[in-house]
Amino acid sequence: MARYITKRLIYMLLTLIIIATFSFFLMKMLPGTPLTMEDKLSEAQKEIILEKYGLNDPVPIQYLKYMGGLAVGDLGISFQFDNREVTDIIMDRIGPSMQLGAQALIIGTIIGMLLGLVAAIYHNGFLDYSSTFVAVIGKSIPSFIFAGLLQYFIALKLGWFPVALWGTWQHTVLPTVALAMFPIAIAARFMRTEMLEVLGSDFIQTARAKGVNKFGVVFKHGVRNALIPLVTVMGPLAVALMTGTLVIEKIFAVPGIGEQFVTSITTNDFPIIMGTTLFFSFFFIFIILVIDLLYGLIDPRIRLAEGEK
Amino acid sequence: MDNTKPSKDLFVPADRRGEESEKITRPSLSFWQDSFNRLRKNLGAMAGVVTLIILVIMAILGPYMNQFTPYEQDLGRSYIPPKIPVLENISWLGVDGMESTVIEGESVDAAKNVAKLKLGAANADFIEYKVLDEGGNGEKAKVEASLDVYEAKGLENNFWFGTDSLGRDLWTRTWHGTRISLYIAFLAAAIDMVIGVIYGGVSAYYGGRVDNIMQRIIEVLVGIPNLVIVILMILILEPGILSITIALTITGWISMARIIRGQVLKLKNQEFVLASRTLGSPDSRILKKHLVPNVTGLIVINTMFTIPSAIFFEAFLSFIGLGLPTPVASLGTLIDDGFKSLQTNPHVLIFPAIIISMIMVAFNILADGLRDAFDPKMRE
Repeated sequence: MARYITKRLIYMLLTLIIIATFSFFLMKMLPGTPLTMEDKLSEAQKEIILEKYGLNDPVPIQYLKYMGGLAVGDLGISFQFDNREVTDIIMDRIGPSMQLGAQALIIGTIIGMLLGLVAAIYHNGFLDYSSTFVAVIGKSIPSFIFAGLLQYFIALKLGWFPVALWGTWQHTVLPTVALAMFPIAIAARFMRTEMLEVLGSDFIQTARAKGVNKFGVVFKHGVRNALIPLVTVMGPLAVALMTGTLVIEKIFAVPGIGEQFVTSITTNDFPIIMGTTLFFSFFFIFIILVIDLLYGLIDPRIRLAEGEK
Repeated sequence: MDNTKPSKDLFVPADRRGEESEKITRPSLSFWQDSFNRLRKNLGAMAGVVTLIILVIMAILGPYMNQFTPYEQDLGRSYIPPKIPVLENISWLGVDGMESTVIEGESVDAAKNVAKLKLGAANADFIEYKVLDEGGNGEKAKVEASLDVYEAKGLENNFWFGTDSLGRDLWTRTWHGTRISLYIAFLAAAIDMVIGVIYGGVSAYYGGRVDNIMQRIIEVLVGIPNLVIVILMILILEPGILSITIALTITGWISMARIIRGQVLKLKNQEFVLASRTLGSPDSRILKKHLVPNVTGLIVINTMFTIPSAIFFEAFLSFIGLGLPTPVASLGTLIDDGFKSLQTNPHVLIFPAIIISMIMVAFNILADGLRDAFDPKMRE
């Protein structure tokens, strides 16, 4: 186990270094500097600013400086926001993003599991077909389409919730719903398949034969076993939510990391783009690692060594 | 009592010939015939196929079905609401070419005035008012004003999907955009397929050190979120159809490679491959006759899932400002434009949104149907 974790951690570090290097050199290849749009500055002033931020150093030196800074958790200084540190900006904006992501993941998974459960219990019935229908719709239609529909019909036409911005809990409702559609769909599908398989297995027959009531069979014996594989889809789900937050935060003007990232792309704010990229990557890799470890812990039948093959 | 004891004469000896019971009654079906039969019975999947065929035909022919071109601008006719003949009589569809607004005011006249200003004072002659609430007793008056834009502007041609901010016809733009989105998706899926199949096949078939090195590379690549790679690639490449396709394929092939590798690893040690090898078949024959036919199903299914995800990513990139440059239309850029005027002119968003949703749903249902069809366990 310890060997496995060490191996995974080394891979994680390697991946992060590759991403950092890759994004650094890509940023250097981008056309334009952050001062391209600043026509009021004279050439000499631009030169002073470039010098101050170390943008006149040879690229390898800049690279070493950047990687050195990364090692101590320093992501550099933003070009746009009055010398604020990128780490600071990310920390400032992490709250709304995390809140939206967590709400969507939790609510989505719970509703999805219930849908899947109902579908499995009433296999091939009306409820099964409707829940499958919801799952197909939720999986296929992009979250920004849902966001647009919600914003137009619920917020603009009916006025039940605020159209955009951030503040009270009402502001979080529409973005959360738009984001949660995907987890609902995935959880429902997965739960349905797993429950059908579990409900057909021998130990369920035994439980029925013992005279356990239907509720007990489904919840005590069925759900607990169907839950295990659900953990595996949590990784891809978290990643999909990460992608989703970029557009959802833009649509609903939520002051989160995603919205910052999209803005930085248009303003050529390299340190923020790189910092956010690294943050996203770290988050992604970390989630995958945790889920792999969790999976091994929950289900003793799965030997981690087997996963290495 | 006689009823319960039938006479022995009623019984006839059964005809028990060995050959009869051994006879194969099912017609012999190849794997593909069998899968196709199963797919044909899957109603959802067939609906998906029909939808896709219609959408592809429309993407090819749609832009030529009226006299407008996707790039022709005319600021005099910006934001014309959609008007479709026949369907215009169904009021809730909102494709009657009318622009309407509901205004609340202190009195009926005040509300009418505000409505007039909102719809444009120049059109005053063409505005029809409908009083929803007289007001009075502290209640506000409510007036619904509607304007037949086509009459007011003296337009003779119908814009079936309306026009956008620059007065471009959305019908031609939408189908043009569908064509470009589908083109990007098919191209990306094809490239993913080729790279993935070759990489996975080579890695599994040769095994040993080759496999080891190739798998380590994949393990590192898998750790990088594809969102990040795609965005970074688009940032350095000039935005365009080709660069979006390249950005999508950079990480897209990995899942295909992994699936193919797994399947080939499983297959190459199975008895029928071993038997063929014992009989002296060369590598090329084993590949062609045994391995390729057995992974084709997986390739088809996986490609069917790649296409909608490529369409999604294209739209996603356009949405965060990294899409195709103007004036080229794709479903993504159209949706992005639609969001800019969502409050006042929802028709700009709604049509591309419906079409992208239809494409995504159709591909997903079809892919699910194919997965069920190719799974021999389903054979009853």
